[in-house]
Amino acid sequence: MKLSTKHLLGIKDLQKEDIQLILSTAAQFKEVLQRPVKKVPSLRDVTIVNLFYENSTRTRMSFELAERRLSADVLNFAASSSSAAKGETLLDTVNNILSMKVDLVVMRHSASGAPHFLAKHIPAAIVNAGDGINEHPTQALLDAFSMQERTGRIEGLKVAIIGDIMHSRVALSNMYLLKKMGAEITVVGPPTLIPKYLHEALGVNVTYNLQEALQWCDVANVLRIQLERQNQPLFSSLREYNLAYGIKQSVLNKLDKEIVIMHPGPINRGVELDSDVADGPHSIILNQVENGVAVRMAVLYLLAGRTNEN
Amino acid sequence: MSIQRLAHQMLENNQDLANTVIIGLQPRGIFLSDRIVAALKTIVPAEKIHYGRLDITFYRDDVRNSLHIANTTDIPFSIEGKSVILIDDVLYTGRTIRAALDALLDFGRPAKVSLCVLIDRRFSRELPIQPDFAGKAIDTIITDKVKVNWKEKDEKDEVVLV
Repeated sequence: MKLSTKHLLGIKDLQKEDIQLILSTAAQFKEVLQRPVKKVPSLRDVTIVNLFYENSTRTRMSFELAERRLSADVLNFAASSSSAAKGETLLDTVNNILSMKVDLVVMRHSASGAPHFLAKHIPAAIVNAGDGINEHPTQALLDAFSMQERTGRIEGLKVAIIGDIMHSRVALSNMYLLKKMGAEITVVGPPTLIPKYLHEALGVNVTYNLQEALQWCDVANVLRIQLERQNQPLFSSLREYNLAYGIKQSVLNKLDKEIVIMHPGPINRGVELDSDVADGPHSIILNQVENGVAVRMAVLYLLAGRTNEN
Repeated sequence: MSIQRLAHQMLENNQDLANTVIIGLQPRGIFLSDRIVAALKTIVPAEKIHYGRLDITFYRDDVRNSLHIANTTDIPFSIEGKSVILIDDVLYTGRTIRAALDALLDFGRPAKVSLCVLIDRRFSRELPIQPDFAGKAIDTIITDKVKVNWKEKDEKDEVVLV
């Protein structure tokens, strides 16, 4: 068994079997991370460059740790401190890096489709670590892994995705993935933050009523309000957003069941998620971060296994 | 029956299995180790037997040529200072055992490691590794393929030369 794709550009291009393979491999890596020596020599002869054109804490550290745990050689590149600031184009930068014999490129970029562009032009395998408002596939995979770990299944699971659906690559990747794996999805948020034809395009339920969605779901995946991607105001104030769509303990207390709370981070505390919920017993936010390393190890391991084919 | 004999040999070399742990190699060594452990349980008390499973997929030296699917590793005890008996079905080039030794050392520093296999393909070794307990030694050439079939998985207990 191997992945049907040479790159990981988005969940959209994956088959259900690919997702299952990544999740089951990640479970084995999670066991590796509990050992006294949390490192395996699998990718000893593989060089990976982390190309981050956009700021990141969790994803970059998680990828770097995953690469080091697999014994790969790691190069880090941050656009702000490099020649990109002098006007070098993306393709030139990458070709220069590739001439140093790199096998895998992990890339984050603020332009949607940037990794797809690279995949067409360079021979290395590309892992998308988030491109603009398009996809963030490893986040969706680690979310699925965490859901499965907590609830024991994905198929038939009821997942509410709450907040800034319009600008969220996490939301889009999650919707593709959960749909392929047979979960039910409801998206919730203010009408201005939900794309108009979402129901027709992806077959997900859309509601503007938070309480109704929370009562329905098993898992609530709360998204960050991405002010940096909104070039015009789409709701009147953060305070008003918190009143209407913020997840508060008082809202959860009204439900007649317990639901799992997830968030891809970074959290705007007091906006989309209140502190008592984020740090509460039903939150698996830190498990998501922990699982992120194992899931990324699985992705890199499975892709590196294909770098000799051309 | 070879399995009974292997179990007794282990007991002779490791008094009462004191300070000894048994580790089967995933995926196909497990069928043999399960049976040896079952045989040992009829001789010594079950609580004296420490039995784990080790998967060596991530330690292979051929990741880029062929991708293998990982199995579960489950070693619920410390191997520090213990005498470890590794169990696999067929010993051929020795590369799997090389990887297993690397993997094992990441769990601690055993006092001693010995190797038990059902079939020893003599004269096919690519590394200086020899078994301490062997069910049967056979002479084969590189192009032969030896497969041990197990009732649990392949319906029938047999060793076939393909």
